[in-house]
Amino acid sequence: MESARSKWLWAVGSLLILVWTAVPILWIVMLSFKQPGEVGNRHGFLPHTWTWENYRTVFRTGLFTSALVNSIGISLIATAVGVVFATLVAYAIARLEFPGKRAILSFALAIAMFPVVSLVGPLFDLWRDIGLYDTWPGLIIPYVSFALPLAIWTLSAFFREIPWEMEQAAQVDGATSWQAFRKVIVPLAAPGVFTAAILTFFFCWNDFVFGISLTSTDNARPVPAALAFFTGASFFQQPTTAICAAAVVVTVPVVVIVLLFQRRIVAGLTAGAVKG
Amino acid sequence: MSAPSRAELSDRGRAERRLGLVLSAPAVAVMLLVTAYPLANALYLSLFRYRLTAPDDRRFVWFSNYATALGDPLFWQDVLTTLVITAVTVAVEVVIGFAFALVMHRAVFARRTVRTAILLPYGIVTVISAFAWKYAFDLQSGFVNSWFGAGDFAWFSHRWASLLVIVLSEIWKTTPFVSLLLLAGLAQVPGDLGEAATVDGATAWQRLWRVTIPNMRAAILVAVLFRTLDAWRIFDNVFVMTSGQGKTETLSFLTYRQTITRTAIGLGDAVGVLLFLSVVLIAAVFIRGFRVDLSQVRGDR
Repeated sequence: MESARSKWLWAVGSLLILVWTAVPILWIVMLSFKQPGEVGNRHGFLPHTWTWENYRTVFRTGLFTSALVNSIGISLIATAVGVVFATLVAYAIARLEFPGKRAILSFALAIAMFPVVSLVGPLFDLWRDIGLYDTWPGLIIPYVSFALPLAIWTLSAFFREIPWEMEQAAQVDGATSWQAFRKVIVPLAAPGVFTAAILTFFFCWNDFVFGISLTSTDNARPVPAALAFFTGASFFQQPTTAICAAAVVVTVPVVVIVLLFQRRIVAGLTAGAVKG
Repeated sequence: MSAPSRAELSDRGRAERRLGLVLSAPAVAVMLLVTAYPLANALYLSLFRYRLTAPDDRRFVWFSNYATALGDPLFWQDVLTTLVITAVTVAVEVVIGFAFALVMHRAVFARRTVRTAILLPYGIVTVISAFAWKYAFDLQSGFVNSWFGAGDFAWFSHRWASLLVIVLSEIWKTTPFVSLLLLAGLAQVPGDLGEAATVDGATAWQRLWRVTIPNMRAAILVAVLFRTLDAWRIFDNVFVMTSGQGKTETLSFLTYRQTITRTAIGLGDAVGVLLFLSVVLIAAVFIRGFRVDLSQVRGDR
C-alpha cells in the first residue's frame, strides 16, 4: 500500500527526529572537550583543540565527586524503597478486595499533580526540626513519595496482565496468600517491577527542587543541585566546560539504561495511561 | 470439593481486607508524611507574618499575606509568564509529539533507533538540558548566533527571547513523553476505520482529522493534562537559565524565592498555597470540563 514516496517521507521524518534529539546532547559533549579558554573566544560547535582537562578538573573537585556519590546512593536507595512499597500497593490493588482502594489510587493521582515547590518551605522547616535537613534520608523520603504514583500505575498495569490462576493453583496446593505472592507471582512480576525501578530511578536522578532546598553542604547535595551552584575550579576560570564534563558523566548512565531497556521504558510510560 | 461454609468465606474476606490495607500502608504513609502535613503546615503558617530570621516577631495576620501576594503586580507578572510558558510548550509539544508519534508508528526504517533516540531527552536531567540550551544561545559559549546570523543579540537580556530559550529546552526535554502517550493512542485507532474512509475517497488530511484524532481523544487529553500541570510547575530551567531575572520568574520560582531564599515563610507559604490552588483548579477544569477519563490512568477502570 505504502508508496515509495511516502516511505521516503517517513524516513526523512525519522532522520529529523534523530537530529533534533542528538544535537543538544552532542553539544554538551563537544563543550566538555573544549579548553576552558576557548569559551568566549571561538564560537564553533566542535572543539578547536580537544582536551580531557575538564574531566580531570571535575574528578579532582571534591564537590562534584561527593555529589556524584550522593546522587547514586540516594537515587538507588529511594528506588529500592519506592519500588518495594509500590509493588505491595499494586499487588493489593490488582488482586485484593478491600475498602479504600479507589481512594488510594485517587490520592496517588493527586500526588502526581502536586506542585512540589509548595511543599519545600514547610518541609525545610520540618526537616530542620527533626534533624533530617541536609541528610540522605531527608531527600530519600520525598523522592520515594513523589515517585510512588508513577510506580504504582506502572505496576498495577503490569499486574493486571499476570495469569493469576497460577496463584490460586498454589493456594489450592496449600500455600498461604503470602507464599503464593512470594513464590509464584514475584518471578512473573519481575519485568514490571524492573520497569518501575527504571522510571523511579530517572525521577530521583532528575530531581532539582528538593536537591537545592533541603541540602546545604556536600553532605547530601545531589549532582543537579551541585551543578547549578558550581562556579568553576578557580575564580579566574569559566565553569562552562567543567559543568559540561560533569553533565556528560551523569548522562552516561541514563544513555546506557535507555539503550539497554528502550522497550521496557516505553511499555512502562504508556502502561495504564492509555488503556482502551 | 465441598463448598466452603459462610463463616470460612467471611474469614477469608476479612483476612483479605486486612492484607490489602497492610500492603498499602507504607506507601500511603510516606505520601501522607511528605504532602498532607507540610500542606496543612503551609496553610497554617500562611496566616502569619513570619520570617525565619525573626522568629519572635511572628504574628497572626489572617489573610493579609494573600492580600499582599494578590495585590502585588509582580505576582501577576509571574502568573502571566507561567501562563505563556505553559500555553506555548503544551501547544507545540502536542503538535510535534503527534508528528513524532506518526513517524514512529509508520516508519519502516530504523524504527528501533528512532524510539531509542526519542527516549534520550526523557532520561536526561532537566538541569543538564537547561545548561545545554543556555550555553548554545549564550553569547560567550554559544554557536547559535554565529550559525543563524543573529550577530551579538543577547538572548538572555530580553524577556521574551529568554523565555523562548526556556520554552525550547522544556519542549526538547518533555516532547518524548507526549509522543509516547500519543503513540500508544495511535496504536488503538482501529485500522479498518481508516481504510473504510480511504475507500470512501477521504484524503489523508481528512482521515487524520475525522478518523484518527477523534479516536485518540482520551490519549490526547491525558497527555495535555499531565503536560499542562507539569509546565505550570516549571522551575529547573528557569533557575539555571535566568534565575528569574529579566521578568522571567515563574510561580514556582516565586514560591521558592520567598520561602527558601528570602525565608519569608508566611508570605512564601501563601504563594505556595495559591500555586497549589491553581493546580487544583487546572485539574478540576480538565477532569470536569473535558471529562478526561482518569480511571484509566489510575488503573482502576
